[in-house]
Amino acid sequence: MYCEECKQRPATVHFTQVYNGKTVETHLCQQCYAQKGGIIFDVAKQLSLPNLLGSFFVSNYNLPDMKSLSQTANCPNCGIKLSDISTTGRLGCSECYTAFESELEPTLRRVHGDSRHVGKVPVRGGEKVMVKKKIEGLKYLLQKAIAAEDYEKAAEIRDEIKDVEKKLD
Amino acid sequence: MKADNLLNSNFVRWMAADEGPKTDIVVSSRIRLARNLELMPFSHLLDQEDGKKCLQKIESAWKKISNKDLLEMELLTFDQLTALERQMLVEKHLISPNHAESDDSFRGVLANSDGSLVIMINEEDHLRIQCFLPGLQLEECYRCTQIIDDELEENLNFAFDERRGYLTSCPTNVGTGMRASVMLHLPAIVFSGQTNHIFHNIAQLGMTVRGIYGEGTEVVGNFFQLSNQITLGQSEEDIINNLNGITIRVVEQERLIRERLAEEMKYQLEDRVGRAYGILSSARVLNSNEAMALLSDVRLGVDMGILAKIKPYALNELVVAIRPAHLQKKAGKEMDAFHRDVKRAEVIQERLAQTRGQ
Repeated sequence: MYCEECKQRPATVHFTQVYNGKTVETHLCQQCYAQKGGIIFDVAKQLSLPNLLGSFFVSNYNLPDMKSLSQTANCPNCGIKLSDISTTGRLGCSECYTAFESELEPTLRRVHGDSRHVGKVPVRGGEKVMVKKKIEGLKYLLQKAIAAEDYEKAAEIRDEIKDVEKKLD
Repeated sequence: MKADNLLNSNFVRWMAADEGPKTDIVVSSRIRLARNLELMPFSHLLDQEDGKKCLQKIESAWKKISNKDLLEMELLTFDQLTALERQMLVEKHLISPNHAESDDSFRGVLANSDGSLVIMINEEDHLRIQCFLPGLQLEECYRCTQIIDDELEENLNFAFDERRGYLTSCPTNVGTGMRASVMLHLPAIVFSGQTNHIFHNIAQLGMTVRGIYGEGTEVVGNFFQLSNQITLGQSEEDIINNLNGITIRVVEQERLIRERLAEEMKYQLEDRVGRAYGILSSARVLNSNEAMALLSDVRLGVDMGILAKIKPYALNELVVAIRPAHLQKKAGKEMDAFHRDVKRAEVIQERLAQTRGQ
């Protein structure tokens, strides 16, 4: 098979690209590949995961009420800006999660469909977190009981919350 | 060096096809936990100084561990390994292609000698704790990674937030930081032409399907990697249960089609397996895609009892041994594509002859 570009040298580089379910095959020689390669890789790069993720941030960033806040905000720990995150799709450090909390919230929902962790909690220093989680769970049940007008149960849950809260002090 | 074994032998633990459940279809299981150190810049922002600090913290936490299996692991930093050797770890599926690109002294792996426990250090996250086992053994993999996670956590402050969970460099991993995956061999489903349909449905359930070398890789040899996409809002147990459930359904479907093939297309099936075996045992030049396709046919024959004498673990080994870095390591020199094709045919013939004799 000859190269589709120069039609002189044998095609040694073969790609199969699938966009929206449409398959496009390309057969090139090394030289033409090197020339075209930049373009082909740009497409893949534009659609890479970090870039796509970055676009999530950008769309929040464009909301008028977010604009002023987002442009000036820096993470106090690593100094990274929101614009850096929107180009790389990566956060700078653990503190970025707090610094850019409001911008992250919709991104997390879009990626995971949820924004709250329900899994493992580290053993060390995790005990307080466990207690807080328990309280939150109970508060949720309390709301439910009130909504269902089951006041007896609501009172029980309220007492339990008080008990658990004592552990935090 | 014990971890030298990972570079000198083709075999790693996940290839032990006689060891786990459902190994006729589920080649291997993997659990990966992403963990980061509090306040430290994430890996992609690390300079030499912070990178060294990060590695030192991890190394000293590891040395304080009491579990003897974990102490037997060995630290290999990437300045100690050649590009070819790092690529061999990718070909064995133990590290990501991105990780292998670096030769930084603060990046590397902490691995045991059979490659069942491999911690990537300063890859996308500071730590990526991984366990690989043969067959469908996600729970066991999870148990192993938990031991490491808990032991390391005693001496490291992991970045954790009560609402967001374990904090990761990329928001797609935040929460549990866990990616559970299974590598599946699905020649009958592919043959039936239902692949797209099935994978479309799987994607609706928060799972992804990829080629065997992970993100952005092509499907070769009918091998697929199935993994969870969501890490936030689901517990580790839920993620594993979901993946287990889906895997079992896919395995059932694959078995069903295999049975029907055996009943309705017995001769065609045996012919295809026989031809594949014939080519593999006598060809002199084999490119990678052809070899993978033929190995898939032979594997199907072995798993369906058509080719009885070949050991499945030998086929697992071959899938890795015929990759470019492994071929060049075996030849002891760099080779162009053509010479690799020749070497590939030689390696396959040799291994098939060996397994017949065993």
